Amino acid sequence: MAEEAKVVLSKKDRFKAFLRSTLILGSFNYERMQNGGVCYSMIPAIKKLYKSEADRAEALKRHLEFFNTTPELFSPILGVVLSLEQDKANGADVDDSAISGVKVGMMGPLAGIGDPIFLFTLRPILGSLCGAMAISGNVLGPILFFVLWNLIRGIFMWNLQEFGYKAGSKITEDVSGSLLHDVTRGASMMGMFVLGGLIDRWVKVDFKPIVSTAKMQKGTYIDWSSLPSGHAGVQKALELYNNGQGLALSSTKVTTMQNIFDQLIPGLAGLLITFLCMWLLKKNVSPIWIIIGLFAVGIVGHLIGLL
Amino acid sequence: MSTMSIILVLIIAFLAGVDSVLDIFQFYQPIVVCTLIGLVCGQLTAGLVLGGTLQMIVLGWANVGAAMAPDTSLAGVASAIILMLGNKGVSGVNTAVAMAIPLAVAGLMLTMLVRTLSVSFVHFMDAAAKKANFRQVEMWHYIAMVCQGLRVAIPAGLLLFIPAHDVQALLNAIPSWLNDGMTIGGGLVVAVGYAMVINMMATKEVWPFFIIGFVIAAINQLTLLALGLLGVAFTLIYLNLDKHGNNNGGGGNSNTGDPLGDILDDY
Repeated sequence: MAEEAKVVLSKKDRFKAFLRSTLILGSFNYERMQNGGVCYSMIPAIKKLYKSEADRAEALKRHLEFFNTTPELFSPILGVVLSLEQDKANGADVDDSAISGVKVGMMGPLAGIGDPIFLFTLRPILGSLCGAMAISGNVLGPILFFVLWNLIRGIFMWNLQEFGYKAGSKITEDVSGSLLHDVTRGASMMGMFVLGGLIDRWVKVDFKPIVSTAKMQKGTYIDWSSLPSGHAGVQKALELYNNGQGLALSSTKVTTMQNIFDQLIPGLAGLLITFLCMWLLKKNVSPIWIIIGLFAVGIVGHLIGLL
Repeated sequence: MSTMSIILVLIIAFLAGVDSVLDIFQFYQPIVVCTLIGLVCGQLTAGLVLGGTLQMIVLGWANVGAAMAPDTSLAGVASAIILMLGNKGVSGVNTAVAMAIPLAVAGLMLTMLVRTLSVSFVHFMDAAAKKANFRQVEMWHYIAMVCQGLRVAIPAGLLLFIPAHDVQALLNAIPSWLNDGMTIGGGLVVAVGYAMVINMMATKEVWPFFIIGFVIAAINQLTLLALGLLGVAFTLIYLNLDKHGNNNGGGGNSNTGDPLGDILDDY
């Protein structure tokens, strides 16, 4: 073997693997999950590294074993596996179990990093920021969502794959290393902060029942009968109202249940509903039933005048 | 709907099905597919508003490990088609959102079916691997993806063949109390997505961030972008201070060094 020229995976080969790795979940199945996608991503490299049919068949079989991780975090594993396969093809003593070991050893911890970062921070945050834009009719919403997500994910995946390729098997030690650890912690903090804000803004509850109807003092509300007629009256009324800062519109002050909640802290009702959902989810109630239940609460609540 | 629109909707539905299993390009998220379906049907604004509204609901829906969330792709595609056929514009959005939920559940059954079917595809891959037949391995991978695309495109096609006036008649038959009630329910349902995300992320260390975020959001002048920036700033400050504490040998380190374990075990 030593006299043969070394086979090296060029940047182009690695890029091919990167492109294919985006399809890793294509043949997701309940038996070995992402195994078909892993094998599919490895094919260009296997073609280049191994020439005999027996070696190629062995390599394909090696990568059809059980595999499952966050797709965005497959990249560092793929990088390491590419470098190990390259060593193996060049005659280094890398046995099959070492390659499987790296894959299995990394997929769990990396999924533990990838899910919080991508599925529970980046996507909800981009989704709600851009979703809010879309609801207000701004076409930039969906465009920004799609472009930003793919830009961030693409850069992240390519760099991690290259990092894995260069670090080789050493990366296994770095998986629980401080940088990725910090990124995960930071992502959860950031995520929780924004979630707190989103619940305040987007969970909409309005308790309609009237708690009190108080007669207001003369001079704190607009006395409609004393206004001049015609558009001069409208102008005068708007001046007095002053965008809600000035006089009230009617002679009675109506306090609904919602006003009382909002006086404690705005968004409290929405927060309580979120906590209720969290509690139900922990009791293993299916999210679908909770959703159906909330729709029912909305309809019944509306009919009896509560909401 | 014109033939051209129908073809484009079917292509969008197919791609959404493929991407919903890949979960990588996020093309299948309602904010993207509903907008595109609105665009090709000439009702851009209605599709856009539906997409944004539905996006708020599906925020926390994610497939973690082998656990499966309701199918976002069929929900987005089918409710957008219903909205287009109903031809009510933005005012039809809330009804379309409410219809999306049962469709997401139905879609879950379909995707489970295809994922089971894919078991046999990878067995064909095994056989191809023995003969070092690269092309066949690739082919079965693509076939699995095509099946995932069809699982959304076929129901979408069936919906398109229901005459538009039948859909309109059905939507008009919905009484206003039901419609208003569903709108109110839609405002509540958003909480489920958030609750799912919080349950995944919450630890003792990050709860204070949640409280700060919740309280600060009451200031209406702050846009969501401003909130996001504040979040980044708070996080950086915390991480930096935490590091300083450790460097100075401050023994009171509360980190277990196991973020995954924390997240999974904390509750």
